[in-house]
Amino acid sequence: MSRIIVGREKRYVAVDVRFEPDGHLRPLAIVFGPEQVYAIDKIMDVSRRAAEVGGVGDRYVCLINGQQTNLWLEKGRWFVEAKVVAQR
Amino acid sequence: MQNHVIIMKMKGGICVSGQRHILHIDANSYYASVEMQENPALRGKRIAVCGSKEDRHGIVLTASYPAKRMGIKTGMAIWQAQQCCRDLIIVPPHYSEYMRYSGYVREILQDYSDQIEAFGLDENWVDITGSVGLFGSPMTIAQEISDRVKRELGITVSIGVSTNKITAKLGSDYKKPDAITRIEPDNYKEIVYPLPVQDLLYVGPATQRKLNGYGIRTIGQLAETDPKVLAGWFGKVGYSLSSFARGTDHSPVCNQNYHAAVKSVGNSGTTPRDLVNDQDVWLMLVVMSESVAMRMRELGMKCTVVELSVRDCDLSGFTRQRKIDTPTNGGLEIARIAFDLFKRTYRWGKPLRGVGVRGASLVPQDCPIQLGFFSGEEKRERMERIDKAVDTLRQRYGYTAVQRAVLYTDRGLGTINPKDDHTVHPVGFFNAG
Repeated sequence: MSRIIVGREKRYVAVDVRFEPDGHLRPLAIVFGPEQVYAIDKIMDVSRRAAEVGGVGDRYVCLINGQQTNLWLEKGRWFVEAKVVAQR
Repeated sequence: MQNHVIIMKMKGGICVSGQRHILHIDANSYYASVEMQENPALRGKRIAVCGSKEDRHGIVLTASYPAKRMGIKTGMAIWQAQQCCRDLIIVPPHYSEYMRYSGYVREILQDYSDQIEAFGLDENWVDITGSVGLFGSPMTIAQEISDRVKRELGITVSIGVSTNKITAKLGSDYKKPDAITRIEPDNYKEIVYPLPVQDLLYVGPATQRKLNGYGIRTIGQLAETDPKVLAGWFGKVGYSLSSFARGTDHSPVCNQNYHAAVKSVGNSGTTPRDLVNDQDVWLMLVVMSESVAMRMRELGMKCTVVELSVRDCDLSGFTRQRKIDTPTNGGLEIARIAFDLFKRTYRWGKPLRGVGVRGASLVPQDCPIQLGFFSGEEKRERMERIDKAVDTLRQRYGYTAVQRAVLYTDRGLGTINPKDDHTVHPVGFFNAG
């Protein structure tokens, strides 16, 4: 049985965030599930972007374990473009 | 650095050529595009954003391009639209989202100029005359704005690039969606003159009929008509129409912080059911007048003219107004005047679909007034104190925290909240500037 990515979906997630002294937000970790907490090593870029999975917000380009991933802040909630996986 | 910027701006156009550079940015199928960005499952489908059938606002507000290709037009009733397209997806409007996206578009535009004038939620004029030295030619700026809106908001815009507001708007309407059209003196006649006269701003169906009656069918024909002749037909608007058609409009693009002075405050609307007797109308007038009065009090104004508007079930209607001796911002007083106007003018030939109340000729609420021997000033002051107390309660606990008992006689009509449901859409061309 192999798993393939068939698409992406908008999934709201819990995020640990630190408020910087200048008022900016620094996301520290994405809590994807009880056992899936991903520490964010670095924020590469923050800018407003439309998300392919729907919605518009501030997109944080995050570096997690050497992999680049996008995290959005929209109307006070965080979301990611989660992979939709099918088994074959 | 500051000096450097100023010098660049001067070089940008004002001093060198004397020609302005105006962009008109029009978001394509705006409501539908926002809905598709919020819900990607709708992308590429035939969708129509429609008002609520239950509240009898059941018309198409915007249709997506695939739906437009099936013949669906803004303003169609939902049942008509469904006849054009069986698999049409009806989506309810989400105004807070449209406001949010509209704010984002303006934030992008603010990076290029501080002269931004909104024309509805989805259209803006921007004067970039002073910015071309910093950001490049008008076409470069237009392309950058178009790319940014697409990348940052996921929607597309059509942009008209010209030397005045009217022609810039013609440019944005010329090619859609996702296009940029430059209309400047060198290609003005070639592009604009063959266009039908109704494409021009402020040529509505009545003006079009009149112009067509005089044999004027294209903007070119209008441009070549003597302005004095047009003034003879249309009054002073004739001169404006002539200037619009010749591409010589000089009206400025307002500064983004400009707010037109409030000239009147009004509320009107379609009721959830037809109004069939005087009690229904009184109730609606109380609802509308309360909201109008409270908005006037928020502005610190009183009105000296009360205007009533009435629309029957065939959508024909009339307005009547009365000048009053003592300025007022009391809800009940306004409702009584409006009701009196109604009783004197309407004979119940047909049920009514909606009524409206407007307070006009506004004056500051603390302006001196002429007292009369028999005007009952004490009672008026008492009522003003009650209104003030009610305003405070409503500010703290919401508009519906305190209501008049009459509103409970019919919960269908009485639950309308014109104050909070009221959205001020940025306005007409002549109102600005």
